[in-house]
Amino acid sequence: MTWLGIFKRQPRPRPDESQADLGILVFSHTSEVIRAEKLLKTAGWQVRVMGPPSEIQSGCDLVIEFPLIEELNLVRTLEAAQLSPLQIVPVSSPLMKPVKLFQVKDFGRYLMVRAANMKLTVDQESQVIVNVSGGGCPDVPYLAQEMVGKTLTTAPRPKEIGHTLCGYALQLAFEEIMRQCSW
Amino acid sequence: MLVVVGTIPVPDFPLVTGQVTLNQDLINIGGYQFPVNRGTPALLGAALISCEVLGQSAPYAYLVGDLGLGEGSRRLYKYLEAKLKKAHIQTLVFHYLQPDVDWHNRVLFAVAEMSPRPILIADAGFMYAAKMSGQASHYDLFIPDVGELAFLADGQAPHPFYTRGFILHQEDRVPELIARAYAHDNAARYLLVKGHQDYLATAEGILATVDHPVEPALEAIGGTGDTLTGIAAALVSTGTAIDQAAIMAAQVNRFAGHHAHPTPATQVAEIIRHIPAALAQARGTKL
Repeated sequence: MTWLGIFKRQPRPRPDESQADLGILVFSHTSEVIRAEKLLKTAGWQVRVMGPPSEIQSGCDLVIEFPLIEELNLVRTLEAAQLSPLQIVPVSSPLMKPVKLFQVKDFGRYLMVRAANMKLTVDQESQVIVNVSGGGCPDVPYLAQEMVGKTLTTAPRPKEIGHTLCGYALQLAFEEIMRQCSW
Repeated sequence: MLVVVGTIPVPDFPLVTGQVTLNQDLINIGGYQFPVNRGTPALLGAALISCEVLGQSAPYAYLVGDLGLGEGSRRLYKYLEAKLKKAHIQTLVFHYLQPDVDWHNRVLFAVAEMSPRPILIADAGFMYAAKMSGQASHYDLFIPDVGELAFLADGQAPHPFYTRGFILHQEDRVPELIARAYAHDNAARYLLVKGHQDYLATAEGILATVDHPVEPALEAIGGTGDTLTGIAAALVSTGTAIDQAAIMAAQVNRFAGHHAHPTPATQVAEIIRHIPAALAQARGTKL
């Protein structure tokens, strides 16, 4: 294909694109699904109840589809109503699991922990958060703004003020750095 | 004209468009001010200073407040869908936006109607949406870090949070991840991968690497990827070929970081102040 050909290409959707950014909430009982659907719709989320994909082996025979990026915010809403999903998985690949790997880099005075695409760095002497880097969701600059300059004990938790999967990854980095610094 | 599309971490910040100016580490647009910090403000700060040094007019921006709930991003997507078709933009940069495949595709369809079509650069959340949508190859330049490259290389992951471990473990094998991203059709025409060593690549392979000077502390500093994107966008907007602009941007970003004598506690605004000297150094000119 010539460059001109590439230039004039029109975007063409992939067959599965409409589901690429969606996730599934799996609950134990249908009554929880009904409660969760009502709660989330009332809160303004675009969710829908559907049958589970074949890869899902647990839970009842209904699941809720939701915008996966907003997982952290949505789960916080559910937990406030004492609703805890059994599983949360991407629609496109229900067997995928969130990242559980951490990379730790010791700069001497400073310690950096990376979880997925998010990095959190603290001053090991004062336990002050000195930097948040990585990520691409809009809550990342907000999280950095609220956390940098505060100590690990006084900074707001990403799970409390974040909203997206980047915020979720930062929460994991935060938990790991708390573990690393709890001497 | 260079246009940057992104979000500001300020609640209720309205949708504003216009040319940006910089004064004492504060970005000004349409009567609003916000500090140069990580995210789109850092990109704008770097782009603005670079444009000044390069003798270009200041960038334009389409901005909205969004703390991660996505409401601001969706308002901006809607605006883009309506307005882009008739806009005359030479270089268009998409940055921190809530990843949303449906809205991404509507915006890309609007871009397809632009004449002439702008050079498209994507980074951060919009790059995630571009990958998820399967439309990555419509872009001219992606600027991922190594973690984001692993996400592009994973044909199934819907977000870097779900990148599979066997791919994440390849952090020291960037060329393999680049090849994998292109094999899955999840990369732009050019990839500028930022890391200990910066890589510029196409589907044909690695075109160049930039690895000097080395400042390990930069990895910890939020916004250093945003400054790289801002510098690259400014250079592209001068008409410099994308590959040359990307390589020079990587070099300038490293020089600026080096001149700041950074520690992991350094803030990105400090690095942005060194961009003019870094640009002069990379171009072999005096300020």
